Amino acid sequence: MNAPLFDVGQRVRIHDRTPAVHHRVPNYVKGQVGTVERVCGMHGEPEKFIRGDGNPRQRIYRIKIQQENLWQEYQGSVRDCLEVEIFEHWLEAAE
Amino acid sequence: MTNYEDDKDHDHEHDHSRTFQADHAEPTSDGARIGLALRELLIEAGHYTAEEEQTVIAAMQDASPRDGGKIAARAWVDSEYKKRLLDNGAAAIRELGYEIEPYEFTVMENDASTHNVIVCTLCSCYPRSLLGMSPAWYKSATYRARVVREPRSVLTEFGVNLADDIDVRVHDSTAELRYMVLPERPVGTEGWSEAKLAALITRDSLIGTQRDLVLS
Repeated sequence: MNAPLFDVGQRVRIHDRTPAVHHRVPNYVKGQVGTVERVCGMHGEPEKFIRGDGNPRQRIYRIKIQQENLWQEYQGSVRDCLEVEIFEHWLEAAE
Repeated sequence: MTNYEDDKDHDHEHDHSRTFQADHAEPTSDGARIGLALRELLIEAGHYTAEEEQTVIAAMQDASPRDGGKIAARAWVDSEYKKRLLDNGAAAIRELGYEIEPYEFTVMENDASTHNVIVCTLCSCYPRSLLGMSPAWYKSATYRARVVREPRSVLTEFGVNLADDIDVRVHDSTAELRYMVLPERPVGTEGWSEAKLAALITRDSLIGTQRDLVLS
């Protein structure tokens, strides 16, 4: 099992790209910066699996994004957040 | 690859539709027909049998929110179990004899300052192996689109009126994790048996569209 590239609490950016195949990153979080809420296990990478390129496993992270960063018109507490599961190859370190 | 159109030996002695869910309406949409055709091909190609499929469907139908309730009640009465459940949900749930492969199971705890709610915006991922079939609204485009953008309004429509000092955590089940909310144990239940506590716990409280449990 590969060592995780990112640690709990680290700030990361979710890539903003749209491959022309099935992928498990919703558009509304693409390009967003969040923090790693927890490091999860290794799971099959959907983009490769759907193309028939085997089923290589990738680390999944739970990423916590503040709601006020996601939606300009957000109504609620500044501490409200959204947490989403993102595969490692969709993440890069952020300042 | 076999061309089934020309396969004269394939005389349909077996009834493909009989082993599908008997209470399903005849498929009318293209998507439903394609799905059924794909299923027949997978079975004919030997990837799995109709009997295996029935076993999986039956197991999902047997699962019910009562199972989730039993797990939550155990966490209420056993703080060490609760710690394990929040730390590694799948392992702790398996301790109680539930089979929830292949997903990672994540349990999120409500407390005085936090409310958790679950959604799957990309499709309708739901902890079926533990809670049974999902409610229709959970699969609706409206719930999925709105609960991530305006969770407090959606929760109000479910009867959950959150004070400003309670933070909302929305969990979008986008990949290989499945979620369950651990509701807060209601005041006034001190000394209750685990079974009596479990009976208080509703499906919606395990999804997060209910917060306060009603003492019965």
